[in-house]
Amino acid sequence: MQTESLTMPANASGGHEVHDVAQIQALGFWIYLMSDLVVFGGLFATYVVMSHNYAGGPTGGELFHLPDVLLETMCLLCSSAVFGLAMVAMHKGDRRLVLAGLAAAFLLGLGFVSMEAGEFQHMILTGAGPQRSGFLSAFFTLVGTHGLHVSFGLLWMAVMMAQTVAKGLTRPVRARLMRLGMFWHFLDVVWIGLFTVVYLMGVIK
Amino acid sequence: MSRTHRNEAGRDEGGAGGVTVKSYATGFALSIVLTAIAFLAVMTGALPHTATVLCVFAAAVLQIFVQLRYFLHLDRSSAMYWNVMSLLFTIFIIILFVGGSLWIMYSLHYRM
Repeated sequence: MQTESLTMPANASGGHEVHDVAQIQALGFWIYLMSDLVVFGGLFATYVVMSHNYAGGPTGGELFHLPDVLLETMCLLCSSAVFGLAMVAMHKGDRRLVLAGLAAAFLLGLGFVSMEAGEFQHMILTGAGPQRSGFLSAFFTLVGTHGLHVSFGLLWMAVMMAQTVAKGLTRPVRARLMRLGMFWHFLDVVWIGLFTVVYLMGVIK
Repeated sequence: MSRTHRNEAGRDEGGAGGVTVKSYATGFALSIVLTAIAFLAVMTGALPHTATVLCVFAAAVLQIFVQLRYFLHLDRSSAMYWNVMSLLFTIFIIILFVGGSLWIMYSLHYRM
């Protein structure tokens, strides 16, 4: 809504101001992503401090199943790349290809979230829930926060698919798709840190 | 940002600012290779412990750079100047407080 109200007057007065609004919004969204990065930084610090506090409970090496983690990583990476292809289609103004790309990115992201939810459920049911040890509390907080971000990204993606169908690739819709793309790629970058620090380091130890 | 500009100004339709199939394909291929290296190093256990840790972190840092460059299109262009500056500032803050927290906690652990 806000995008529209900001864009409409500029739209009437000429193209240059419109582009400036989209550019400022993208930078503002980027600064939000940077503040989110600080949040993840804090959670990473907590996790690393707590990563040996097993309290006699299971360790990462016993809990993590790397082939599953690799599959999750591939889901998220493919989703990110497919979203990029949807952006290329958006610049060419090909609405059907944008929708196809968004749908594929959505399904791959959904695959990631459901695999992670399955992993969490299995851990909680086998007594390795967040209350078991300091290590597991930090694990669920860090990985869960990322998973929650991805889930909200999926919600946003569903909304943008509906907007693309209903409104077409208008200027505000394109600007929103760009920001969603930034969010989606950003979550993939955070996941690199996650699978390295949590899963791979957890198994090495 | 630069992409929108070029697109809406009607120049370089679809091919500007790194929003090309080639850019995403390059980023995707490099990311796959770096992910595979990290997982293989751990899953096969072919390397000694320290070498494995170094290899895994080197692959992660490289992959972060690859994705920032090819997916988020960060570069040295003037359009990306403030994005890069805010990222550098954020990294500085994170180094301060993540590094500082770890330093304090390990020191505390050592003394207790």
